[in-house]
Amino acid sequence: MRAYLDHSATTPPDPRVVEAMVEVMEGDQFGNPSSLHALGLEAERRVEEARRQVARLVEAAPEEITFTSGGTEANNLAVLGGARALARRGRHVLVSAVEHPSVREAARRLADEGFEVEEIPVDREGRVLPEVLAERVRPDTVLVSVMRVNNEVGTLQPVEDLIRVVKERRPEALFHVDAVQAVGLTRVTPRAWGCDLLTVSAHKIHGPKGVGALWVRPGVHLIPLVWGGGQERDLRPGTENVPGIVGFGRAAELALAWREEAERVRALRRRLEEEILRRVPGARRLGPEDDHAAPHILNLAFEGIRGEVLVHALEAEGVYVSTGSACSSRRQATSHVLVALGEPERWREGAIRLSLSPKTQEAEVEAAIEAVVRQVEALRALMGE
Amino acid sequence: MRIYMDHAATTPLRHEVLEAMLPYLTQVYGNASSFHAEGQAARHALDGARATVAGLLGCKPGEILFTSGGSEANTTALVGIAWAYRHRGRHLVVSRVEHPSVLETARFLAQQGFRVTELPVDETGRVAPEALAQVLDDETLLVSIQMANNEVGTLQPVAELARLAHAAGAFFHTDAVQAAGQLPVDVRALGCDLLTLSAHKFGGPKGAGVLYVRQGVELARLIHGGGQERSRRAGTENVAGVVGLARALELAVQERAQVASRLEVLRDRLIAGVLEAVPGARLTGHPSQRLPGLASFVFEGGIDGESLLMRLDLEGVAASSGSACTSGSLEPSPVLLACGLPVELARSGLRLSLGTATTEAEVARVLEILPRTVAQLRKVHGASLA
Repeated sequence: MRAYLDHSATTPPDPRVVEAMVEVMEGDQFGNPSSLHALGLEAERRVEEARRQVARLVEAAPEEITFTSGGTEANNLAVLGGARALARRGRHVLVSAVEHPSVREAARRLADEGFEVEEIPVDREGRVLPEVLAERVRPDTVLVSVMRVNNEVGTLQPVEDLIRVVKERRPEALFHVDAVQAVGLTRVTPRAWGCDLLTVSAHKIHGPKGVGALWVRPGVHLIPLVWGGGQERDLRPGTENVPGIVGFGRAAELALAWREEAERVRALRRRLEEEILRRVPGARRLGPEDDHAAPHILNLAFEGIRGEVLVHALEAEGVYVSTGSACSSRRQATSHVLVALGEPERWREGAIRLSLSPKTQEAEVEAAIEAVVRQVEALRALMGE
Repeated sequence: MRIYMDHAATTPLRHEVLEAMLPYLTQVYGNASSFHAEGQAARHALDGARATVAGLLGCKPGEILFTSGGSEANTTALVGIAWAYRHRGRHLVVSRVEHPSVLETARFLAQQGFRVTELPVDETGRVAPEALAQVLDDETLLVSIQMANNEVGTLQPVAELARLAHAAGAFFHTDAVQAAGQLPVDVRALGCDLLTLSAHKFGGPKGAGVLYVRQGVELARLIHGGGQERSRRAGTENVAGVVGLARALELAVQERAQVASRLEVLRDRLIAGVLEAVPGARLTGHPSQRLPGLASFVFEGGIDGESLLMRLDLEGVAASSGSACTSGSLEPSPVLLACGLPVELARSGLRLSLGTATTEAEVARVLEILPRTVAQLRKVHGASLA
């Protein structure tokens, strides 16, 4: 049986999402939202409806949502745009050691521009501890970026506490939360958390690729990344990707019901972990204990086996998983996240990530368990010869 | 019957393009960076699209960078060159009639310590090659001048401008967003180092664009993160969008010559008809060196471009005052001001942009509606022709 357990890399668009997109792609629904005529106004209406849908998912107001070309661009806009806007008030930036490459690389660019970028270490579970962050906040800190759910090991960060310790010490500093992996299965409430910027991406919630959003607290000023004709209140110009945005809106609307599925997904993930660890010797879970974990991401490592080899062996059985982040899988041999967790090389090398969605069925999980047990055994037998 | 004469703002998505995209919104949904078969199927589609686009533009696949659209591609071109070569020089040249995504980026770079020259244009909207030659110096990193203007349709002598830029040791970027589908776009023949395209202007999807970057030209990243697009543009690839872009470009290039000569006939009929039937109407842009599908006018006697658009819309004609990106603002068109028109006239701009589906009957109908509408507007506002 086929099992797609790589939802943290991307999710298949929901058929209802595709339907909504096709509706604005065919016939006479193709207007440019900036045009003043009826076709343009209709396109604008569609975009605004999607903005309300995305706003509802993060429990915020529509005018606080800026659409981008995806999570990576939104993270770049937050980190680069936020720090650049505040450069006169300080040049110290803090990012956690387990951030997505789009935050890490944007921060690296800030370092090239003369900012002092500091990494916040994490504990063995991948958590940033409030007291650790508190020590690092300085009078010249302008931006802090910590993700809500880690994309490789699923750690749920205590963002509310982290935001508080930053704001107590340095209220002017912007706090950005990458919620790309969190939104849907966990509640994402930037206003209640007290952060300033928050990133979401459509294709991680069964929406289309090529569209994301940045939630921006009212009053927060950012330097744009892309320049042009004034769309998205000048923060993100360029003709709006109307079908993509409409698809995102529909996906966000559907994802409102996901939280009811969270416990079922969590149970499936636990089942994966328990069965595989029970049946496969020399196997470990990397990352957080259940009470610090998102429902849907599991990282397992197998002694003596390369994760990449196992991914291919599983693929031959129709079970799709990954070694870690898809974004870095093509160029990076070792995972910075697992290094930050203090995992030694022998475990890092053998790591695979299994990521679920509310659409994941029990039968897929069972198929994946059997495939992992079988393939690890087969690979070990092969190496033993 | 609705008449759509706003193709320069956006074009309808072609049915063939939607068909090409659909599999990538349904069955083939993998992340192109994933190792497994689901990911590799997406990767394969991206590679195919890249090869197709490269073939059509006359370059190598490795020279094609996919972006989220024309604005991102234009921003990337300017910021990417400026940052990558900032130690070599700090001077940039653009024209005054560039799209806001070029002009605003240049103004941002000016705040960052770059020296920016905004070249003037003549009353037809053309940049004089001599004017460019005069401002180039040892410090000039990049010259960015569009192939065709989005508001008045004027074509620029791009190949000649590129030669001048190169002679001065500068790179040359051209925004070909309005040109694709109507003019031949061959990067070698144009001699440019960078070139921008946007899919939704030639029957493709919104949210997909191209930046051609000649091999050997360094480009700093605008969007940082994963290693996608050879580490030049991070972010999970919009596979469906890219596939749609490639299919649309393929169709646009195949049909271009035929479409362009048909559009020229319709455009000329429209221009002649408007100038004859609407008193005080003036053609903007160049009389002959203009986009085959773009007719643009101003009207004497205090006509407000936006009011005219609203009335035309009620009559079933979708048109624009100029660029869709800046419409909605009450400012006079910067392009028309750059062409030397007084503020009052620069507020009265009308752009009628034709596309592959435009018919003779539609042109004839617009020639009935427009003179009447302008006359009504003048009556309402009590405006008269001096």
